[in-house]
Amino acid sequence: MKLYWKYFLIQLKSKMEYKTSFVLTCIGQFLVSFNVFLGVYFMFQRFSSVQGFTYQEILLCFGITLMEFSLAESVARGFDLFSVLIRKGEFDRIMVRPRNEILQVLGSRMEFTRIGRMLQAAVMFTYGVSVSHVAWTFPKVLTVIFMLIGGTAVFSGIFLLFASVCFFTLEGLEIFNIFTDGAREYGKYPVCIYGKRVLQICTFVIPYALIQYYPLMFLLDRGKEWYGLLPLAACLFLVPCFALWKCGVRHYTSCGS
Amino acid sequence: MITLEHVSKTYKVSKRDAGFSSAWKALFHQEYEHIHALNDVSFTIKDGEMVGYIGPNGAGKSSTIKILSGILTPDGGTCLINGITPWKNRIEHTRGIGVVFGQRTQLWWDVPVMDSYELLKEIYRIDTHAYRQNLERLTDMLNLSQLLKTPARQLSLGQRMRCEIAASLLHDPRILFLDEPTIGLDAVSKLAVRDFIRQLNKEKNTTVILTTHDMQDIEALTSRIILIGKGQILLDGTIDDIRLDYDSTEEALAAFYRSHGI
Amino acid sequence: MKQMSFKTFRPSSLRKYAAFFRLHFTMGLQYRTAAFAGIATQFVWGSMEILMFRAFYQTPDNGSFPMTLEAASAYVWMQQAFLALFIAWMMDNEIFTCIIDGNVSYELCRPIDIYNMWFSRSMASRCSKAVLRCMPILIVAAFLPKPYGLMAPVSIPAFMLFLLTLAAGLAVTVAFCMLIYISAFFTLSPEGIRMVSMSVVEFFSGAVIPLPFFPDRVRMIFELLPFGSMQNVPLRIYSGDLAGAAMGRAILVQFLWLSVLITVGKLLNALAMRKITLQGG
Repeated sequence: MKLYWKYFLIQLKSKMEYKTSFVLTCIGQFLVSFNVFLGVYFMFQRFSSVQGFTYQEILLCFGITLMEFSLAESVARGFDLFSVLIRKGEFDRIMVRPRNEILQVLGSRMEFTRIGRMLQAAVMFTYGVSVSHVAWTFPKVLTVIFMLIGGTAVFSGIFLLFASVCFFTLEGLEIFNIFTDGAREYGKYPVCIYGKRVLQICTFVIPYALIQYYPLMFLLDRGKEWYGLLPLAACLFLVPCFALWKCGVRHYTSCGS
Repeated sequence: MITLEHVSKTYKVSKRDAGFSSAWKALFHQEYEHIHALNDVSFTIKDGEMVGYIGPNGAGKSSTIKILSGILTPDGGTCLINGITPWKNRIEHTRGIGVVFGQRTQLWWDVPVMDSYELLKEIYRIDTHAYRQNLERLTDMLNLSQLLKTPARQLSLGQRMRCEIAASLLHDPRILFLDEPTIGLDAVSKLAVRDFIRQLNKEKNTTVILTTHDMQDIEALTSRIILIGKGQILLDGTIDDIRLDYDSTEEALAAFYRSHGI
Repeated sequence: MKQMSFKTFRPSSLRKYAAFFRLHFTMGLQYRTAAFAGIATQFVWGSMEILMFRAFYQTPDNGSFPMTLEAASAYVWMQQAFLALFIAWMMDNEIFTCIIDGNVSYELCRPIDIYNMWFSRSMASRCSKAVLRCMPILIVAAFLPKPYGLMAPVSIPAFMLFLLTLAAGLAVTVAFCMLIYISAFFTLSPEGIRMVSMSVVEFFSGAVIPLPFFPDRVRMIFELLPFGSMQNVPLRIYSGDLAGAAMGRAILVQFLWLSVLITVGKLLNALAMRKITLQGG
């Protein structure tokens, strides 16, 4: 933990060498996710509800999903540039140091401009929670916390998966954007509105629904209480991701690069 | 003490022609070519020894260094470094070694060198007292006092290499791997680096393994050379073993390579 | 200024820029793996987008629809197929780097106009990416069941106008990106400006939601902005949403913006060049 903090400081210091660019990029990041909100807002200017969800309920869903994503991003987005690390041979340096590889990879790249999105997420989250007509009880508050934990775990898992694949392909695959940025983008609506097939995929293949749709139904009094525990189950998604990472490291040490 | 016995390593390289149809075919059926990077390599290096590890490009030098530093797992053979098998106990092993990759930097580009050192202190969990002592000694020996407050990107290549070497020694490793430490340096910096390595070896009895293409590095530093070609050890001895009647070591080496068909 | 633009449009120099176009077009065609991944990605995005529209259309008692679901699907598929032509963030990083590290001075040594060169280069790389990606998407989308698939064009003249405005929309997009490239001469840290202008373009051009879905008054303003002359016009002509007099007006606005953006771009470029030659970059 202390090491991560040190990494954090050194990265922050590096970025502060280029202040103007930093500030403008933060604003840009803010605007990019603000666009998504505007999209939702204008759709609801025209339409009153979607599949039984009101504007306020959609905002709650959007706020939580965006928050989950930003939390995961602040932890694990370092994996995004992992292919660069591999191709430049910088992973060798990591391997000759007596510390956990994942920690070092995350420490070597941090994107502070994501603070723009983080801010946006915080605003949306607060706004979504405050306009929602949810009667907040203890189990419901707990459910939201579980959603944030589970969501961070699932999105981090996807980032880790993305990096692990780089061990074999040596380059980042654009297709993973579907699962990260795409999931964030389309997670603004509860996944059930996209139809049964999509809901099934998001339940059994990549557990988006467990951190979004099901617990949301509980919050809105339309689902059973145990739905609130599903986000914790979604944390299990990290297990195969971590296994693939280990497999990737083994591949790296047996093939060089 | 480093012992390598019968170490071999084969790479599987996928073979593919250019063009769309072969790219498509490769999706279903991949053809491989086997390249023997190391073939039954054995040697022993005692504590405090300085060894030059040389060979032409692609001979297996960097594979050996990678195995010794725990990055690469060989297909067969054993390797014990101070009683540890590097790839089996990587974290334990890396505490005792320092690695300088001449062509890459381990310093953080945009911050003062000192900040990078502070981070390394944390990575290697060096205790504060030992860290201070080491830093002071290294600053002194490598003449770094003016450089520590400068961001790495503003250093000249020679200055940066001195800082790199210090970075690899902060945790007081018993073994130091130097991969082409003098590449691209000017004459003054080269001499400074060589002097330092010699001094380090004398004072701390650090084992030094050096790969280089610069024969003057070898002449200045090491009495023993291990010469590798096509994945096999061709010679384990002294410079004089190949020097013979040639005018320069470079010519002697070139002739040696030719006689072995490389 | 006048003399310069006259000079650059001689046929012989046009050939020069055509060569630039060809070079960057073939370069772009080489990234096949990226193209495959891109096609798959865009296919998923398109499907999700249409499923989202479907959700709104299926909800009972739901306001008025500005276009049929079929037209909206056509809009989305065309948008995905020609994404590379209009997407704001697809900018040429090499251009930014060469401005920032000063290598642009080497380009000045050649007998070419920087603006025209970069313009043709950007057009080419966008075209080549679109050519690689559009066909598979269009073909698959054409075979999807109604109303989720890509419908046939409304009429042949409408289709011809679609192609014309597609090219004009691309030119407007590139002309706008040129302003951002050139701004790097003055700020030297284009990253921020780029991010901000990117999100502005995305929103106002109808990449987030198609312009017809905005309230009428908002939409009317958006249509007059340069961003409304990018993907908005061709995609809506294809889906039959834009026709008759409104279409004529839209095309007129498009060409108006194209000439304005190019003129401003060339002026700024001339200023930047003077700055470089006076200060040495």
